[in-house]
Amino acid sequence: MARSTRKSLFTADLIVPAIGDAFRKLDPRELIRNPVMFTTAVVATLLTVLLAVGQDQLAIGFKLQLVVWLWLTVLFGTFAEALAEGRGKAQAASLRATKAELSAKRLKGDSFETVPASALKMGDVVLVETGDLIPSDGDVVAGVASVNEAAITGESAPVIREAGGDRSAVTAGTRVISDQIRVRVTVNPGQGFLDRMIALVEGAERQKTPNEIALTLLLVGLTIIFLIAVGTIPGFASYAGGSVPVAILAALLITLIPTTIAALLSAIGIAGMDRLVRFNVLAKSGRAVEAAGDIDTLLLDKTGTITVGDRQATEFRPVGTTSQAELAEAALLASLADETPEGRSIVLLARETFGRTATALPEGAGVIPFTAQTRISGVQWNGGIIQKGAVDSILRANPGLDKEAPTQELRRITDEIARAGGTPLAVAKDGRLLGAIFLKDIVKAGIRERFGELRRMGIRTVMITGDNPLTAASIAAEAGVDDFLAQATPEDKLGLIRKEQQGGRLVAMCGDGTNDAPALAQADVGVAMNTGTQAAREAGNMVDLDSDPTKLIEVVGLGKQLLMTRGALTTFSVANDVAKYFAIIPAMFVALYPGLKILNVMGLASPQSAILSAIIFNALIIPCLVPLALRGVTYRPIGAGPLLARNLAIYGLGGLVAPFAGIKIIDLAVNGLGLA
Amino acid sequence: MTFQGWLLIAAFTGLLLVLVKPVGLWLFALYEGRRTPLHAVLAPVERGFYRLSGVDPEEEQGWRRYAVHMLVFNAALLLLTYALLRMQGLLPLNPLGYGAVGEHLAFNTAVSFTTNTNWQSYAGESTLSNLSQMLALTIHNFLSAATGIALAFALFRGFARRSTTGIGNFWADMTRVTLYLLLPVCIVYALFLIASGVPQTLAGSVDLTTLEGAKQTLALGPVASQEAIKMLGTNGGGFFNANSAHPFENPTALTNFVQMLSIFLIGFGLTYCFGKAVGNVRQGWAILAAMLTIFLIGVTMTYWQEAAGNPVLHHLGVAGGNMEGKEVRFGIAASALFSVVTTAASCGAVNAMHDSFTALGGMIPLINIQLGEVVVGGVGAGIYGFLLFAILAVFVAGLMVGRTPEYVGKKIESREVKLAVLAIAVLPLIILGFTAIASVLPAGLAGPLNKGPHGFSEILYAFTSGVGNNGSAFAGLTANTPFYNGMLGVAMWIGRFFIIIPMLAIAGSLAAKKYTPETAGSFPTTGPLWTGLLVGIVLIIGGLTFLPSLALGPIADHLAMISGQLF
Repeated sequence: MARSTRKSLFTADLIVPAIGDAFRKLDPRELIRNPVMFTTAVVATLLTVLLAVGQDQLAIGFKLQLVVWLWLTVLFGTFAEALAEGRGKAQAASLRATKAELSAKRLKGDSFETVPASALKMGDVVLVETGDLIPSDGDVVAGVASVNEAAITGESAPVIREAGGDRSAVTAGTRVISDQIRVRVTVNPGQGFLDRMIALVEGAERQKTPNEIALTLLLVGLTIIFLIAVGTIPGFASYAGGSVPVAILAALLITLIPTTIAALLSAIGIAGMDRLVRFNVLAKSGRAVEAAGDIDTLLLDKTGTITVGDRQATEFRPVGTTSQAELAEAALLASLADETPEGRSIVLLARETFGRTATALPEGAGVIPFTAQTRISGVQWNGGIIQKGAVDSILRANPGLDKEAPTQELRRITDEIARAGGTPLAVAKDGRLLGAIFLKDIVKAGIRERFGELRRMGIRTVMITGDNPLTAASIAAEAGVDDFLAQATPEDKLGLIRKEQQGGRLVAMCGDGTNDAPALAQADVGVAMNTGTQAAREAGNMVDLDSDPTKLIEVVGLGKQLLMTRGALTTFSVANDVAKYFAIIPAMFVALYPGLKILNVMGLASPQSAILSAIIFNALIIPCLVPLALRGVTYRPIGAGPLLARNLAIYGLGGLVAPFAGIKIIDLAVNGLGLA
Repeated sequence: MTFQGWLLIAAFTGLLLVLVKPVGLWLFALYEGRRTPLHAVLAPVERGFYRLSGVDPEEEQGWRRYAVHMLVFNAALLLLTYALLRMQGLLPLNPLGYGAVGEHLAFNTAVSFTTNTNWQSYAGESTLSNLSQMLALTIHNFLSAATGIALAFALFRGFARRSTTGIGNFWADMTRVTLYLLLPVCIVYALFLIASGVPQTLAGSVDLTTLEGAKQTLALGPVASQEAIKMLGTNGGGFFNANSAHPFENPTALTNFVQMLSIFLIGFGLTYCFGKAVGNVRQGWAILAAMLTIFLIGVTMTYWQEAAGNPVLHHLGVAGGNMEGKEVRFGIAASALFSVVTTAASCGAVNAMHDSFTALGGMIPLINIQLGEVVVGGVGAGIYGFLLFAILAVFVAGLMVGRTPEYVGKKIESREVKLAVLAIAVLPLIILGFTAIASVLPAGLAGPLNKGPHGFSEILYAFTSGVGNNGSAFAGLTANTPFYNGMLGVAMWIGRFFIIIPMLAIAGSLAAKKYTPETAGSFPTTGPLWTGLLVGIVLIIGGLTFLPSLALGPIADHLAMISGQLF
């Protein structure tokens, strides 16, 4: 899965096995999944049989060529699918190898026994020591370790995994490179992340997506309509006092039914998933990829997505009689146990600017952990307490403060900080307000342009932040998002998603914490960060192996690309039919009414070469379009109107014109080679 | 082609465009069940109907219920009409003493009028009593038209409503459309026709001696009242066999103009009504623009071909355009325009014989019907047919903007695609299938009057007209035989209701969906690009399906004519 293993689309080691698979896929049980190609195969079979027993005025050499090209049409289709699956198969093989060598040290009391990873059940606890591969997905229940997750993410810098909190999830196949941890297994054999990845990249679980089903129905409908159009010709011809050989009718039918898009349809779907995988995002279903294209509202966490990850403390603003030094001291104590970048920046500011030296908490002190509900952290010891947190939360936790003068002053300072796009953190000691810490947010370079792009794509961006509304508004304005949700709790987030969905909009979000899980599950596209908790990874329908929340924007683009590729090739395929008619109709009927030769606008040499050229064009266009199907049509965020105009010009008009040229050229070649 | 000819076409189109909004708003009021100025007088009548029949107009029906009520109503009317025609000889208002209509002819006629086709295997003035004309046929002209509009309303509601099951009440829709639209307009319209010289009498016929001294019988009857709804409801079944070419049906150039206007009037208005219903009138204009584009292409083609005339006759010294089968009081432009209007709109009234048109001039009416009667189309049927194509167009091209296709705020998914394809495939299946059968069976081959490709066109036109519920005849086909009466009867029934059922199912499925708000990323379904796309899809799907049959019919006919061979 490492990015370094990326391969170009067409290399011999992908193409050669795909040729073998193309023949294997001729199995009727597999072909029937694609009704148009199945019809083509049935017609090809019929003609093959007629080749031996049929009697008509057509030359056997001509009929033989028709049969060969009909079979090639089917084979090109199965080849495209096999080629698209090829890369996934190779990746799956290497993942399987990783999985096979996993063994586990299962704990029994204080001792452990070594068992194969496949014997582990949910709830078992295993010991993983330095150098060991983690045998199964699970949660760290004890210890801290640095883990190399390159096998999954391709990123070789180790990450910290520790018990409790949002960094407790570990994945099978990753390696502990220092320390040791105890891991409680959270999945049964065969259902782990690695198994799911193998199934996903291999395409074994691939089911048709809703959109693919609808498109297949349309193609079936067109096939039926053309069956009617072709099937009634013998009756008409008999009225005109002639007949049309079956081989010619078959050729007309196959050129008319949408073989081009039908042959490439599943390849497009597989390639779409594969593009995500190469982008280091795993979609749990094709449905999720499609939904990504339909997203109307994007919920983006401010931190890390819109602003440069970490806010930095830049100022202490005391209130009332408190001195700056006193505030710095309290802030330092409250932050010593706070391992977040913000906490560390407070410690740094207190030490460097005010020379505070405290390096450890006082004897007997207890840490008040931050929770999403209280939004307060701090420290307390024998009666004393220092609280640090969002201004409102501090005031709520200390009901007596409201009426005091320092509170008024704090509010003024808070507003100042907020309007400057900063985040104020209030500090209180023993129920007395000391002041605020100015945390500065820095909006990422270029993000404003990205949001402009999204707006042109018709996507509304909503910034989610724990900040107060003033700060949020200031950053939102600076970053150019459409809306924001300030002081957001996980419940607020879930509520917002529900509200958007009730309005008929599709919502995408990303998250990592356990408390994000309900919202991730509710969102139409929920991208869980790979560094996140097991719960989050279970709840989302995509996992970003790089844990980069900005990627959500690209994921939407990839979803659109998938849908566009389908639409473009469908339009192209249908538009092609016009030229094929002009090749075959005069060829077919000229014997009945010689005047109809006027419809031979391409000036094809003879009726036989016209029919042969049309069927050859129809077959060859499939491999010609394979690269486009696998690579996808480029999505440009220029708004739906211009995009449609552009694609209609290329694939609609192009689809009308291209076959006229193509068939003419093939006709010249066919006659040059004396094939008809 | 003359300046006056083009002026006529321009005046016709321009006047209709002026009328779109007022008619559309009137229809929208009926769609919503809102009060109109006529309610002051007619509301008690409406309430009386409901009370008598025990209908609660506020009761919402799901698509299945709506469909069942509509079907039962139409089936009952079919049986009633059949019975009436069979018992004609025993019933009053029969001044000329006509006997019972034959079995297969009665079946064909009953289906024909129930389905808004008005294919006429009979000659009205020599087959039907006044009672049959009024009770069996004129009533159908109203009710089949009202059914079409009601069904269009049901589909509009599917697009407009959100997360619900109801698509309206069939009985309320029928009552309102008939009472507040069709009846009042037809009363005024009929009076205008009477003033222009159209007969309205219960007398049977007049015997007179012509200037040359020959004896002639002039058939008369309640013509004006039937004529009005025949045009307004795009029925097309004339009182006389010669239809609107007959001087008693269509006496003057003015009546001819008004008749053409009235064919398109409701069809045009419904596009605006659709726009209002889905909350964006530009959606309606876009559809109308697409319809108009195809229509104008057809008018240009037919007018050009008819004005150019027949080269074979030119060699014989007959100058000018093709006047064969046309009325001198209308001329080439008004006849060409009428023929395109009546086939575009599924009306089927004719003021000239399409059979006598040049091959390509006559091909346009044929293509118009083969496209699915969606170029303006029959009242209601045109727009719901067109919306089926819109669903396909959105689906084929909509993916190209990178989203699941949406149309007026509703996602188009597999169920809608399946049903739309089903409805659209019915047309070629029956038209081409039945034509192929008739092309090989002796009973079918006995029908056409002419040989060669022209004879084939006659068969093709008949089934096309039947399935498309148009009812116009190419003439030249002897259709009053058990074979053709039976086959055409079945074709008309399938062509009407096998499209309606999937269409109503789509309405139900859409109504249940949530509304997807339009964004900058949504597929744009207003504006020239969309209009062009719609035109393209209708022409490509229709064209690809019917090109082989057209090649063997009118195109071969035309090419033979160029080379000097006539059929």
